[in-house]
Amino acid sequence: MGEMEELRKEADNLKDQITEARKVVQDTTLQEAVAGTTLVGRVQLKTRKTLRGHLAKIYAMHWGTDTNCSKLCVSASQDGKLIVWDTLTTNKVSAIPLKSSWVMTCAYAPSGNMVACGGLDNMCSIYNLKGKDGNVKVMRELAAHTGYLSCCRFLSDSEIITSSGDCTCVLWDIETGTEKTIFAGHLGDCMSLAVSPDFKMFISGACDFTAKLWDIREASCRQTFSGHESDINAIGFFPNGNAVITGSDDATCKLYDLRADQELITYQDSGIMCGVTSLAPSLSGRLLLAGYDDFNVNIWDMLKAERVGVLAGHDNRVSCIGVSSDGMACCTGSWDSFLKIWN
Amino acid sequence: MSCMQSSSNTARARRAVQQLRIEASIERIKVSKASADLMHYCGEQGKYDPLLMGIPASENPFKDKKPCTIL
Repeated sequence: MGEMEELRKEADNLKDQITEARKVVQDTTLQEAVAGTTLVGRVQLKTRKTLRGHLAKIYAMHWGTDTNCSKLCVSASQDGKLIVWDTLTTNKVSAIPLKSSWVMTCAYAPSGNMVACGGLDNMCSIYNLKGKDGNVKVMRELAAHTGYLSCCRFLSDSEIITSSGDCTCVLWDIETGTEKTIFAGHLGDCMSLAVSPDFKMFISGACDFTAKLWDIREASCRQTFSGHESDINAIGFFPNGNAVITGSDDATCKLYDLRADQELITYQDSGIMCGVTSLAPSLSGRLLLAGYDDFNVNIWDMLKAERVGVLAGHDNRVSCIGVSSDGMACCTGSWDSFLKIWN
Repeated sequence: MSCMQSSSNTARARRAVQQLRIEASIERIKVSKASADLMHYCGEQGKYDPLLMGIPASENPFKDKKPCTIL
């Protein structure tokens, strides 16, 4: 087939062009640039609260945002519950029973009015926390994915983005329950997504070992980042929105700069041989907190790429992690069924 | 059947090339500038980063206040 051969050649040429263009701007490395920067001192965080109540593995947690609920968070467990916690008092604000207990992700809307979750049911269920009679009810069930729901994040009370094992991400209109945009391009299950601070872009990490940057309104993929040697399980934006951090089954995290269009540094240690499950930057981005399969969280100096701390306290895999929007605390969730608040 | 398969393969290959064209055409800044901007951001914002700077016990809403004993 002549055309296939031509297309393959053109694809290879373009890939070479991209590699060359990235080399052209590589006038230094982040490692060299920070040679004169002092390493962050040892970071020792203590468990301040333990949130007890789930009866099975916790798969996801998400903090509420500013003003309304910066100390509230939602967690999802395969005991079939979503729990909204007041992390200061450790009280359960809501305990929401789910139709499907095979939940893999949860999200808190920026307004604090809703939470969402989904998993092996292939759906994203939206719950209204502020219903008239005080009961928390399912508001919408967003169904169209043909694979599991791995992650979801609200843009607002009317829009949510989901990532799925069907290799696509979708932007939904919550009101009508319909797909507004399908973001296709990954060649493997999409495992995680994060929305940019200005809400104009989002990034996805997948089992094709790549991360993709998507323009939400243009409905297009802007950039693709490679380098990982296994599935990307976790992804997040550096706080200024100019860089992306990924965590992978290859036991490393990587920092990719969006404007330089390339990997700047890898967070790895010969002593770490297990996969990264989750990650979150601290408020300034200087610290990277990453959860691993070996039950620990490693704290990295994001500029110097050296480990500066460890959070050890869970008795099983750390499956999720988040830093509160005011940067005051870190929350870890584990297969040991507990969430811990650290600072 | 195989004809339909191959035309969808070609369509997929065309889309992949189209996407690569988009990704090849973007503007890139130098790594030195990207690094400097990251360092500057960390430098500026670091002082407001509670986990980095540490939180005094009196200002930590998560720290349990222990009752005082007057001896």
